[in-house]
Amino acid sequence: MSRIQFPKSIASRPVYGILAPRPGKAHLMIADAEGAEALLDLAAQDAGLMARAHILYIPRATGEAYTERLRALNPAQLYVGPSFDAALPRLRRVLSDAHMGLQVYLAGTEGLMGRAAAEVAAAGIPYGAVQTEHRGSLARRMQCVHCKGITEDVTTDPFVCSHCGLNLFVRDHYSRRLAAFQGVCIDAEDPGNIPEPVELYK
Amino acid sequence: MTIQFNDETFRGDYSFRNSPWAIKRFPFPFHEDSYMYSVNMEQHRGGPAGSVFEKRFDVDEHYVSEMRDRALVLAEDPLRCQSLPHMTLAGWDLLELIMVSKSEDYPDLFELHRDGDRWRWVNKPLGIDDTFTFMDETTLPYGPLEYITRQTQGDFAVLDQRDDNLWMDAGMVTTQADWSLDFDIGMNFFEWHAPVPLAHEMGIFKRALKFLMNVQQGAPARRLNWTMTVNPLLDTSPENYHKWGIQKTELTAENIGAKQHLRVELQTFYRLPRSNALVFPIRCYLIAFQDIVTVPKWGRRLHRVIRDLPEELATYKGFIANRPLMIDYLSRYDDGLPTSPGVWADLETEPPLQK
Repeated sequence: MSRIQFPKSIASRPVYGILAPRPGKAHLMIADAEGAEALLDLAAQDAGLMARAHILYIPRATGEAYTERLRALNPAQLYVGPSFDAALPRLRRVLSDAHMGLQVYLAGTEGLMGRAAAEVAAAGIPYGAVQTEHRGSLARRMQCVHCKGITEDVTTDPFVCSHCGLNLFVRDHYSRRLAAFQGVCIDAEDPGNIPEPVELYK
Repeated sequence: MTIQFNDETFRGDYSFRNSPWAIKRFPFPFHEDSYMYSVNMEQHRGGPAGSVFEKRFDVDEHYVSEMRDRALVLAEDPLRCQSLPHMTLAGWDLLELIMVSKSEDYPDLFELHRDGDRWRWVNKPLGIDDTFTFMDETTLPYGPLEYITRQTQGDFAVLDQRDDNLWMDAGMVTTQADWSLDFDIGMNFFEWHAPVPLAHEMGIFKRALKFLMNVQQGAPARRLNWTMTVNPLLDTSPENYHKWGIQKTELTAENIGAKQHLRVELQTFYRLPRSNALVFPIRCYLIAFQDIVTVPKWGRRLHRVIRDLPEELATYKGFIANRPLMIDYLSRYDDGLPTSPGVWADLETEPPLQK
């Protein structure tokens, strides 16, 4: 089971739903890892959707587990890539051709959905046309408020900034523009006193 | 009156001081002996002569030194001033508002000469005399928002209004109470206030947003907010928290009177004419505890407010660990006498300390 009910949090923290088919001439689907399950469920609700769908999929640690099943849905276009960064030029090219009414479906980790949503928003597509569904890892994409570096796939609180090395605690304050949560130095008022890292949501 | 500008610092040796004039006009934020959030808005239409509310953009003895401190912050971190691409027009609106207001309110310090689009701006305290073309960015050394807010005390959040919300899409933020413009830029009103405890549940932000979205041109509004800062440090940014956070632990019973500062924000809200943006200046005033208690009413009241403040607020405002020290110190200036209503010092009518 790769679905989780996130605890109630502050107003800037994103909330995710369950993908539902919507009418439209074009459907852009972006997923990583277990996010593929959400697309498979979506297709099961409306098989006709896939003839007008462009899927961008990043398998990450799931390897080949989902790619053949996605291919079997017969989407109009299927891209399987090694990373979001590798997929980015293609995504931007696709968005540059997008028309009014494009439906966007994002599924998988928070980092993937956040980065994709920021690109989609930058292309001028309204939030209302974007659906999200969390699947898979609970890892977070964190910005260090001190050095501004982004640490991907953070699974513990506190964690070490992969850029400046400070020990940061994980806030729920979230920037859609940066597609990142905020990390803040945990031992500023008591240098060296760093609690044992705890796995997020455990 | 002619203002004598202090030569002082807000870092390092912290030579910042308030003169007796500055203490007397300090915007004490508590109108009664307790504090809780409220939508404490009022019209910003001047105030008693000499008070910080009198002028549209108050200029005081700290002006020149505060602008020097801002330049230092920006040199170290240019991300403290940002403007999303659609906010340039609002920057010009703000430049106009400040230049017109300051030249009218302080004609001995600032001059604005307009000949069509050809404008000449004279800022005597900072030694600036620039001629430029209004609405032509290439004729200024910085974008319009950065240019004018490098010359105006207080932080500035410039809010775009759309989709029944306000969006923080531009700003100049170097004297903030621990929030990051770089992180919050692009957020809506509820998102950037998300970390504030209690107030969401109390409906404060819904009502405040409704009020702010209806602020009209020529009818600005204002409110006070407050927190606590150890040392007169203007730049209490999250960016530098790993450097200044340790200062909060350096407070002792001996140094608290000089080191602990009440930090008050005079927040004003102006509708801008061309962009329909809302500009939200956040002007920071600092005062040492030892200076507050020279006003008997303020000494009595501050003790009661800090003593009775809900724990969540003391935690959010970052002084929960130092609260016992503060209460010990302030209790010496509270003789239990009643205090007069309202924020004013009432030096002539309030009795001196009875202990």
